[in-house]
Amino acid sequence: MSTETTNVHAEEAGHGEHDTMTKKRIWRVFYILLGITCIEFFIALYLVPHYNSGGNASHWANPIYIVLTLFKAFYIVGYFMHLKFEKLDMALAIIVPVLFIIGLILVLTNESHYWIDLRL
Amino acid sequence: MDEVKSTPWSGGRSPFNVEYGKLMMWFFLLSDAFTFSSLLISYGALRFSAPTWPAPSLVFQSFPGLIEHGAPLVFVGMMTFILIMSSVTMVLAVEAGHRNAKKEVVMWMLFTILGGLMFLGCQAAEWTHLHGEGFWWGHIPTAEVLKEFFQAHNNVLPSYAQQAMTSHQFANLFFTITGFHGFHVFSGVIINIIITVNVLAGTYQKRGSYLMVEKVGLYWHFVDLVWVFVFTFFYLV
Repeated sequence: MSTETTNVHAEEAGHGEHDTMTKKRIWRVFYILLGITCIEFFIALYLVPHYNSGGNASHWANPIYIVLTLFKAFYIVGYFMHLKFEKLDMALAIIVPVLFIIGLILVLTNESHYWIDLRL
Repeated sequence: MDEVKSTPWSGGRSPFNVEYGKLMMWFFLLSDAFTFSSLLISYGALRFSAPTWPAPSLVFQSFPGLIEHGAPLVFVGMMTFILIMSSVTMVLAVEAGHRNAKKEVVMWMLFTILGGLMFLGCQAAEWTHLHGEGFWWGHIPTAEVLKEFFQAHNNVLPSYAQQAMTSHQFANLFFTITGFHGFHVFSGVIINIIITVNVLAGTYQKRGSYLMVEKVGLYWHFVDLVWVFVFTFFYLV
């Protein structure tokens, strides 16, 4: 019993020393989030108006926005919400259920393709 | 035999190594994530199936009170910056809590509350501006105003019937989704105020841990996370 408790404590102490949010790390994540947002603005305010000859800039711009948004989500959840430093089991308990959302996205994008065919 | 019994899942302690309340906050946020994604995906499906849609760069091109036209994304950019900034002050409060630095926790919590209030003020201005143009739940601007919000394809504007239909969808979805998010920001500010009062009263100092600050921090970051998605899907896409 006593060895078990010491092990747990040692584990926690080691955990705290290496993997947690220091002030330096907090600001680094802030600059990453700010940088990604600036890239999004650059695309929306400069690239899209200037390279929109065919009127379908959304075809290449939207996937980029979505990928950049997912990067931001990763940094907020992983670092600000500390999930990256939790135990793997804990992180999976939160992340795996979120994958169900992909199902709804697939179903409704498929459905909306059908709707637009009805409307046109 | 001893080793088998001391695995994380053999009982006697949290296998996740997370305190009960914090785990419950995570599960609450998971359910909230489902609610928000249902709203945003419905918005996506309706927009995807619409023959036309009000162009974000034309609808959101004013800085209420300062610039009337020609400043797309500037105001919402400021709102995004405010919310990211308040997320940073929130982690700084959590970090100060780990060091049991009561004064610093209070200072960062106050900055976080201020950021939340500034965001709500901006959102009120944004809503007032759109309402002034004629958008509201079930309401759209008059035909002359409405056509300003649509981009021509091959020099032809979409028909008024199409404009009116998609504008109704846009108005309802915009106010519902940003309203639901704004309500979360509002509750977050109230919860942050309660926790700050507790910090000032020395509740967590007596308890020896600022874990409550971490829990409300999770909620606050989640509100920021949702805004990141709302920003992308309403203002950029």
